Amino acid sequence: MTTAVAPQRKQPGAPAAVSSSRLAERAFRFRESGIIAVLALFVLIASLIQPRFASSSNIQFVLVDSSVFALVALGETIVIFTRNVDLSVQSVLALSAYLSADMFGHFHGIPIPIVFLVGFGIGLAFGAANGLMVSLGRVPSLVVTLATLYIIQGIDILVVGGNVVVASSLPSGFVDIPTATVLGIPWLAIAVAAVVGAAAYYLRSFRSGRELYAIGSNPEGARLAGIPVAKRVFTAFTLCGGIAGVGGVLWAAQYQTINTSAGGSNFSLIVIASAVVGGVAIFGGSGSVIGAAIGALLLGTINVALDVLGISDFWDPAIAGFLLLVAIAIDRGISVRLAAALRKRSARGEA
Amino acid sequence: MVKPDSGATKADRPPTSAGGTAGRDARASLMRWRPPVTAQHLLRWDTGLLVVVIAIGILGASTSSEFLTGSNMFNLGLQSGEIAIMALPMTLIVISGEIDLSVASVMGMASALLGYLFARGWPMPAIFVVVLLVGMLAGAINGLLVTRLGLPSLAVTIGTLGLYRGVADIVLGPNTISNFPAGYASIGVNPVPGTDLSFSALVFIVLAVTFGVVLHFTPVGRSIFAMGASPEAATFAGIRVKRVKTLLFVVSGAVCSLAGVLLTFRLSTAVNTNGVGLELDVVAVVLLGGVSIFGGKGSIIGVVLGVLAFAGIQNALLLTNFNQEAASIPVGGLLLLSVFVPSIALLIGRLRNRITARGQARLPVIGPDHG
Repeated sequence: MTTAVAPQRKQPGAPAAVSSSRLAERAFRFRESGIIAVLALFVLIASLIQPRFASSSNIQFVLVDSSVFALVALGETIVIFTRNVDLSVQSVLALSAYLSADMFGHFHGIPIPIVFLVGFGIGLAFGAANGLMVSLGRVPSLVVTLATLYIIQGIDILVVGGNVVVASSLPSGFVDIPTATVLGIPWLAIAVAAVVGAAAYYLRSFRSGRELYAIGSNPEGARLAGIPVAKRVFTAFTLCGGIAGVGGVLWAAQYQTINTSAGGSNFSLIVIASAVVGGVAIFGGSGSVIGAAIGALLLGTINVALDVLGISDFWDPAIAGFLLLVAIAIDRGISVRLAAALRKRSARGEA
Repeated sequence: MVKPDSGATKADRPPTSAGGTAGRDARASLMRWRPPVTAQHLLRWDTGLLVVVIAIGILGASTSSEFLTGSNMFNLGLQSGEIAIMALPMTLIVISGEIDLSVASVMGMASALLGYLFARGWPMPAIFVVVLLVGMLAGAINGLLVTRLGLPSLAVTIGTLGLYRGVADIVLGPNTISNFPAGYASIGVNPVPGTDLSFSALVFIVLAVTFGVVLHFTPVGRSIFAMGASPEAATFAGIRVKRVKTLLFVVSGAVCSLAGVLLTFRLSTAVNTNGVGLELDVVAVVLLGGVSIFGGKGSIIGVVLGVLAFAGIQNALLLTNFNQEAASIPVGGLLLLSVFVPSIALLIGRLRNRITARGQARLPVIGPDHG
C-alpha cells in the first residue's frame, strides 16, 4: 500500500464539511451501536431461556463459526465501500480451500504458513483479475464478478473433480487452528478481530482509506477531486480476493472435508448480507468494517442460538432475512434524517 | 457500480418505431431513418449472440448425433425451462433499473407450499390458487419495500431471498413430499402431445411472446424503458414509476411461483431446497441476453437468445464426456464477453471519431475538445 507512509493527520469524521463532522460521526457510532444492541439482546434472551447458551464452550463455538464469515466480509465490505460488489468470493474460497488443503497430501511436512501464503496468493490473483476488469474495463462489477464466479466455479469443478480432501490427510497443527484458545478465547477470533481493527483504523485515518469512502459516495466527484479511482478500486478487489483466499484456508482447517461445495451455494450473498446487516450501505460510501464483522457475528449467533434453544435450524434463513430487511430500513431512516439535518444546518449557515 | 458508458446507448437502443405511443414518435423515427441493416446492427450484441447460438448448434451437432434430435430438444427444454421462465419477468425488472434476487426462493417457497398442501389432501386447483397468491404477495412485499420505503432492491431481495427460503424451510422442514398424481408428474417425462417441447418450454414460449409484446409494443413497456433510463425524468413525464415497479415485482412473484410448480412436478418432489442458488443463473441469462444491469436497455429477443445459448452450452456438454458442471466456464466467458463487447465497440467508435477529427482539424473551425 502506498499510503502506509502518509502523514497521519486528524481527518474529519465524514467527507462532508468540517462543521457537520460531529453530527455524521454520531450517526456512524449509532449505526454500530444499533447492531451491537441487537446482538446483546439476542444473546440475553437466548441465555435467559437456555443458560447453556452463555457457556464458554458455546461462545467459543460461535466465535470460531463466525470468524471466516467476518474475515471474508471484511474484504467484501472494502469493495462495497467503493460502490462495487464482488460475487465471486465464494468460488475463490472454495478453490483456495481445496488447493491449500490438497498441498498437505502432496508435500509432506510443508510449513503451515506457506499454505496460508499459497491460499492468499490464489485469492490475490483472482481478485486482481476482477479488479483489472472492473477498473480498467470500466464495466459493472456485478456482471464481471458474476461471470468470474461461474468461471472459477468451473475451474474448481475441473480441478477437484470427484476428489475429496479428508481430515486424516491434514496435519494436527493445521486442524487445531480453529480450536486453539488463549484465556478461553479462540486464537482465530482474536486474529480476525485484530485484522478487522487494523483495517478499520486504516480506512478511518489514512488518506487512501478515506478515498475508498469518497469513491463510493460519488465516483465522478472522486475522480474530479484527483483521487486515483481505478487504482483504489483495483486494490480493493485484489485485497478482497486475497482475504477470500485466506478464508478458504481457514475453511479447510475448520471443516476438514473439502470437495467442490466448500462454502456452500449462497456464501457470497451471506457475506454481503453480513455487511449490510452491519450497517454498510449497499451502494457504498458509508458504514464500517467493524459493523460488517459484528453483522457476521450476529448471523452466526442466530444460527447457534436457534440450535441451543431447540428451535429447528429451518428458521435460520427466515430470521436472518428479516433482520437484513430491518437493518436496511433503519439505515435508510437514519440517512434520510441525517440528510435533512445536514440540509438544515447548511441553510442556517448561509442565513 | 461503475458509471455506465453513456456512449453505448445509441447502438444498443431497443427498437422503438413499432411501439410509438404518439404520432410525434413516428415522425421522429422517420426523420432518423436509416438503412435496415447497418454496421451498427452487425456490432450489436443480439447479432453476435445469434451467431454464438448457431455456432453452439453446429458444434453440438458435429460432436454428437444426438444433439439436434427431438428427444434431446425435449431434454434441453426440460433442464432449463424454469430458469428461462423466471428470466422473463427478471428482464423487465432489470430494464426498469431494479433487480430481484429472491426469484429462486419464491420458487422454493411455491414448491414447498405445493407439497405441504398436497400432503394435507387439498385439491390441486385450490393449491394452485393459493401458491399463485402467495407468490404475488411475496412479489408485492419486494415491490413495496423497494418503491415505498425507497430501499435498494439489491439489498431488499437478498433479505427476502433468505426470508422466502426460510418460509419454505419452515413449511416443509426436513420432509420430502413426492407421489404427486401421475397426470401432473408426467410433465417431467412426456413432451406436450404432438411436439418435442417440454411443458415448461411451451409455457416459456407463450410467456416470452406475451412479455415481448408488453415490453416492446405497449405504453407500459415504453415506460419501463423510460424509468430504467432515468427514474426522475420518467416521474416528471407522468409515468407512475412506483406503481409500475411494484407491479413488475408482483408479476415476478407470480411467474416464479408458476416456475416452482413446474419444477416440483418435473422432479416429482417437493423439498425445501428446491431451486437453491438458481437466482444467479437467472440473472446471468438476462445479462447474457444483452440487458444492461443499469436499466433502460435490453430486449426480449436478446434474452430468448441468451436462454438458448445458456441451455445449448449445458446440453451440448452433457452429450459429450466433458464434465457438465464445468459448463459454467463457457457461460461465464460469454457473460464477460457480453459486458466487454459494448466497451470495445465504444473504443472503436472513439478511435474513429479521433481519426475523423484529425482530418477536420486542418479546417479553420473550432477544433473538437480532446480533453
